[in-house]
Amino acid sequence: MDNSILRRRRTELVGGATVLLALAVLPLPIGDVYTQNLIIITILFAGLAQAWNILGGYCGQISLGHALYFGFGAYVSTLLFVRLGIPPAFGMLAGGAVGGAGALLVGWPCFRLSGHYYAIATVVVGEIGWLLFLNWDYVGGATGVYVPFKGDSWVALQFRTAKLPYHYLVLGFAAATWIAAFLIEGSRWGFAWRAVKDDFVAARSLGVRIFPSKMAAAAISGFFTGMGGAIYAQYVGYIDPDSVMAGALSILIPLPAVLGGVGTLWGPLIGAAVLIPVSELSRSYLGGSGRGVDLMIYGALIMVVALVRPQGLVSLFGRRRGGADARAA
Amino acid sequence: MPALLEVDGVSKSFGGVAANVDISFDVAEGEMLGLIGPNGAGKTSLFNAIAGEVTPDAGEIRLNGTRISGLGPVACAAHGIARTFQVVRSFDSMTVLENVMVGAFARARGAREAMTVAADTLEFCGLLSRADRPAISLSPPEKRRLEVARALATGPRLLLLDEMLTGLTPTEAQEGVALVRAVQRRGITIIMVEHVMEVVLPLVSRAVVLNLGRVLTIGPPADIVRHADVIRAYLGDKYAPAA
Amino acid sequence: MTLDIILQAAIGGLLMGLIYALVAAGLSLIFGLMDVVNFAHGELMMIAMYAAFVLWQVSGLDPLLLLPIVVVLMFGLGMGVYRGLIARALSVRFNRGMVQIFVTFGLAIFIRGAAQFCFGGEFRSITTGVVANRTAEIAGVFLPLPQVAASLVCLAAFAGLLLISRTEFGHALEATREDRDAVALIGIDRDRIFALGWGLGAAAVGIAGVMLATFYYVSPNVGANFAITAYVTVALGGFGSLGGALVAGLLIGEVEALTALVLEPSLKQVGMFVIYLAVVLFRPRGLFGTL
Repeated sequence: MDNSILRRRRTELVGGATVLLALAVLPLPIGDVYTQNLIIITILFAGLAQAWNILGGYCGQISLGHALYFGFGAYVSTLLFVRLGIPPAFGMLAGGAVGGAGALLVGWPCFRLSGHYYAIATVVVGEIGWLLFLNWDYVGGATGVYVPFKGDSWVALQFRTAKLPYHYLVLGFAAATWIAAFLIEGSRWGFAWRAVKDDFVAARSLGVRIFPSKMAAAAISGFFTGMGGAIYAQYVGYIDPDSVMAGALSILIPLPAVLGGVGTLWGPLIGAAVLIPVSELSRSYLGGSGRGVDLMIYGALIMVVALVRPQGLVSLFGRRRGGADARAA
Repeated sequence: MPALLEVDGVSKSFGGVAANVDISFDVAEGEMLGLIGPNGAGKTSLFNAIAGEVTPDAGEIRLNGTRISGLGPVACAAHGIARTFQVVRSFDSMTVLENVMVGAFARARGAREAMTVAADTLEFCGLLSRADRPAISLSPPEKRRLEVARALATGPRLLLLDEMLTGLTPTEAQEGVALVRAVQRRGITIIMVEHVMEVVLPLVSRAVVLNLGRVLTIGPPADIVRHADVIRAYLGDKYAPAA
Repeated sequence: MTLDIILQAAIGGLLMGLIYALVAAGLSLIFGLMDVVNFAHGELMMIAMYAAFVLWQVSGLDPLLLLPIVVVLMFGLGMGVYRGLIARALSVRFNRGMVQIFVTFGLAIFIRGAAQFCFGGEFRSITTGVVANRTAEIAGVFLPLPQVAASLVCLAAFAGLLLISRTEFGHALEATREDRDAVALIGIDRDRIFALGWGLGAAAVGIAGVMLATFYYVSPNVGANFAITAYVTVALGGFGSLGGALVAGLLIGEVEALTALVLEPSLKQVGMFVIYLAVVLFRPRGLFGTL
């Protein structure tokens, strides 16, 4: 039996493999560190946005406090390394686990809140986390924590001599999030969430049960976000509440998904590919003077895309899904 | 044979207006039952109570002996009750096949199985050729059939049809009737709500007639059309047979 | 910790609470009207603060005298934001909830960047004025007059909002809030009501901003600091409830002040966050929310 669903899935898989391959060879001819760094950050945020997308885009729970899980992952992995000597290759998983647990804890009471109330609750929870970590000496407080360098190694996820290994690390991370989104999209949950978004009453009458799947979405999203935090910690070598838990990061994480197209497979990637270089470049060239031009460009970009292409940039590349464009027309 | 569905003394009021008053009847497994009555008789309220959308103020509804009243639509669906909507509610961002898959997931173990069940159900309902079209692109009678297909895909024991044949052309109504008969032949119990008698009475084996929130009479179609109160309820005193 | 200190903090909390209440009222008004959470609300307040600062610098006039000018400016700005941005966001047929959130977020970031561009990141402050730097003492409690004046003005503004709600315009606002689709049938121009509602909301937060500028630093990020307090206040009081904003504002102000005493000042927001979460988990619509 062949149908449009299977065809689309096949195309997506082929596309995904192609993009993965392309990104794998992309850094090889590039020599300058600045560009390499830019690519790494872009891919990292593509993965983070995709992780957010699972909860916020597919499942429809717009979390504006995701930096909390990112920070959990960064701190757990780093502190395990610093205090117990546990290498970040494992710490990364622990960080993910704590991130996922955090998301479950937040989701369980908060999922009953609707739209705006939920968003604000996530903001508040994120702020609490940031404030607590800022004032908690055990985790370094405002001073932060330095990641000790113990030599290049994949177990310790540290490489001082080259950026290339980091590139493949984040690429693997982003690929994992993409695969998770791909699997969810075609799963019972993916269908359930779309049905609920389209017509809540009809979905209910067909027996669609929402709460357990929301919790699962939260756990998966939180897990990958935490993992991303751990990877970031290893990449940058230093963490503090402002860099891994702040509200600004909570806004940055979903932004590529929003720009690119929430609830789509490619949206977060396209969004990151546009947003991160634009914001990084404008910050480097224009923001250094502290004159805020980069913020203006950033803000304007968000407004323009949100208004002009609410379906996200991904809709520029052809039909999203049967009926979606027709409904938006 | 024990009844599949037992409606036992169900009453429901909305803001002081009594929509259903002490409604009781049984539906045997495999039966096709009509639920009829003039506008405002309480059919929709009762329908929603059976489907779980509404909780009765008094009385109970049981499916296979288990109480289902007050459990909500999701639980009722899990127990094997499926329904269509009078105003079609399709999932507009999805294709026809995807719409039915949402229903299929109620019983299917995974996406593959859901896809197979959905395709089979579409074929049964004569919509397979439309499988990959966006749901919103269907014609109105096709959308009605999609509603039925989606409900069927959940593998129900009891199917509630809400005015499925209303407002169709004679040809479309014929096709609709054929579909309903085919569903019954699969062994699924059906309750049809209609307010146009000549459409539903030829189909059903029995009908429950509601008027002003109460059961007026229950019986085979032949008896109902001759029932004085029924005629009075629908057409007014003028047409009642002379006492 | 003596009674004096606690009393001092409690009264200070009340004063700030009135300011929070006014900021929240503007936010609540807009949300109640059209289901839009204005994530740029803090930045609107920041604009009002800078406007007050610039006008003060240029004219040397007391900020209280500049208040009417800024209010009119803010009213116009609010209407402009609605007409130029929000009206478009509301007409989007796709992902409307997310579009609203991110459009106003984008606006907030844009305004913050613009402020930085125009004024730089330094902290500014208004240093002269009829109540500036003066403190009154009543029964052992020190009341900084700028804060007192600010809270009185905010209270008056709140009363003004209540008065407006009783006028025909206010009734039109209420009707639009209750059923925005039906009001066209009774001759209410929904678009105009929305624009005026935005103007009013911006004016309200503008008043709060001007008064705040008399004793608080003016900087590009000041909006963000107050914004989250504003959202918490509105969500606690209930979106769409003016009375709820007042009660919640006072409550939040108190909780913040007392938390700063009990924990350390940098953690003063934790108290209000916890209260907010506790309330909202049991009453998802807030204390008095109807939406």
